[in-house]
Amino acid sequence: MGVRARAFLSHGSMMLKLDIFLSALANGLLTGAVYALIALGLTLIYGVLHIINFAHGATLTLAMFAVFVAHQAFGLDPYIAVFILTPLFFVMGYALQRFVITPASHGDDGNILLVTLGISIIIENALLAIFRSDTRSIDVPYGFSVIEVGTLFLSTPKVIAFVATLAVAALLWLLLARSDTGKAIRAVAKEKTGAALCGIDVAHIYAVTFGIGTACLAIAACLLMPTFLVNPRVGNAFVLVAFTIVVLGGMGSIGGALAGGLIIGVVESLSGLYFGESLGQIGIFLIFLIVLLFRPTGLFGAKA
Amino acid sequence: MKGGFLTNGYGPILIVVAALAVLPFGFSANTTLNFLGFVLIVTLAAQGWNLLAGYGGQFSFGHAAFFGMGAYAIALAQVRFGLNPWLALPLAISLGALTGTILGYLSFRARLRGSYFALVTLAFAEVFRILANASAFTGGAAGVLIPLRIEAANFQFADKRSFYWLALSFVAFVLLLTHWIARSRFGAYLVAVRENEDAARALGVDALAVKLKAITLSGGITAAAGSLYAQKFLYIDANLAFGPWISVEALLAPIIGGIGTVFGPLAGAVLLLGLGEITKTFFTWLLGGALPGIDLVVFGVLLILCVAFAPRGVIGLLRRLAPSFRGGRA
Repeated sequence: MGVRARAFLSHGSMMLKLDIFLSALANGLLTGAVYALIALGLTLIYGVLHIINFAHGATLTLAMFAVFVAHQAFGLDPYIAVFILTPLFFVMGYALQRFVITPASHGDDGNILLVTLGISIIIENALLAIFRSDTRSIDVPYGFSVIEVGTLFLSTPKVIAFVATLAVAALLWLLLARSDTGKAIRAVAKEKTGAALCGIDVAHIYAVTFGIGTACLAIAACLLMPTFLVNPRVGNAFVLVAFTIVVLGGMGSIGGALAGGLIIGVVESLSGLYFGESLGQIGIFLIFLIVLLFRPTGLFGAKA
Repeated sequence: MKGGFLTNGYGPILIVVAALAVLPFGFSANTTLNFLGFVLIVTLAAQGWNLLAGYGGQFSFGHAAFFGMGAYAIALAQVRFGLNPWLALPLAISLGALTGTILGYLSFRARLRGSYFALVTLAFAEVFRILANASAFTGGAAGVLIPLRIEAANFQFADKRSFYWLALSFVAFVLLLTHWIARSRFGAYLVAVRENEDAARALGVDALAVKLKAITLSGGITAAAGSLYAQKFLYIDANLAFGPWISVEALLAPIIGGIGTVFGPLAGAVLLLGLGEITKTFFTWLLGGALPGIDLVVFGVLLILCVAFAPRGVIGLLRRLAPSFRGGRA
């Protein structure tokens, strides 16, 4: 084989490699956005209540099954169901925090961890008992449609999820920055005793925050279901990713969660490309451990 | 030790162990013995957790890391290196203890406490699970099959009772060890660190050393449980050995039985697994078919109820009902 032919071949494979790389990068960013949305709820709850919600993953699974049932039983499209499920999950989160988690844990952090773990065990296995361990998905007409950007083909539902996540993050930021409730949430996060002295109902604000965090999961579930599968254990895969993002972005930081989500999405996609699917996950955990062990305040330096 | 045989705490331990030792003469059915053997394995894993979390206040959500280490070590030592399982057992326990030391050093040195420590241990267990599932050395997703050769010299028993008694002797040893630790200086330091680490440090307790010692012991004990598991079922894979469910069971049993008590893990494991069996049987009878996961739903409810109403578990409830009942708590 001549030198020129070899050069041509390697050039061609480099182009191909670049294409694969770019498409992995784009897909990572798109998936990362949904990760960010899941992490957003987790980090908000942590930032205000200073608790780690272990039931976050199971609640996401519950939301995904809710989307599944809404589609199978009532023929509701996920993008329409989102307007029903989001308020529903807000109320559920509110009630869960106010009437279960708070009374059961007597204000002790270790107890909160255990109570949310208990909730996650209950949700996960109740779903297992009802739906069995089969993996399910829903059929939507746009499930496999793609948008062409240059040489890249991007899945339409994933692009929608990406845009919607940015919109939700912006809305959340607006809510926190501008509304009275947002001000109260920020006040409670900073100094709950002081906030209580100013007449803020701390228990109510805690529950509202937990409700918002849970509502984020309903939105995430509606955005995920057109392209993802659901089974009773699916939340576990997401929850550790969400923890990683929250730790990476700095516990309680919304901007950090967004950036962390995108980074993790890209890392997962690229390490999956280069190390294979099963070892690809390792990348996420290694980031998680390294950040926790060596920089627990996160990349963006939020107070841990 | 002051006090008589019955009041110094060692007496009740010996009585309970003796009662458990004669149990197989009452039930000879293989399924019952299998169940009891499994209860003891869970007890042992839970005793490891209880030492670190119950006495030391460090809540691990990833004790599967140690359990799996013990299980894989004893299995691979036989399959890959042809080692006798009796020789592999101390090796597996040491490896679990070493894993504990390393994991503890990394996380305690970074001053991770509470939820952070829980998350780190969880992540370690998951990393091990993924590695064991992917690596060819550990048999990948197919797992490791320990060749069947039923001989006592080969750690495989024809009589199920032998395994039960062996597991019981491990549990008995850890019961005595836990009681001894609870009354020792080290135990006092451990409880001091649990109650208020900063105050303990101010009084001159080397908190890092105390916690390291606790997690090393804890890792070794739980690894022993993993080794027994591997020898009982002669098969392990990444999800069985390192799966999150092991971590949850190691934590549920002491919490339901009585966290930070000598008998907590044993009482909790008996209650938990017994209740699990009853629930499964009941729903199978009710619906005419198995309802997967229903026993775990009951566990979850029990966990929340315990945290809410019985912070010292069943042992604590008993003690509240009968103030004279003493279980040798520190």
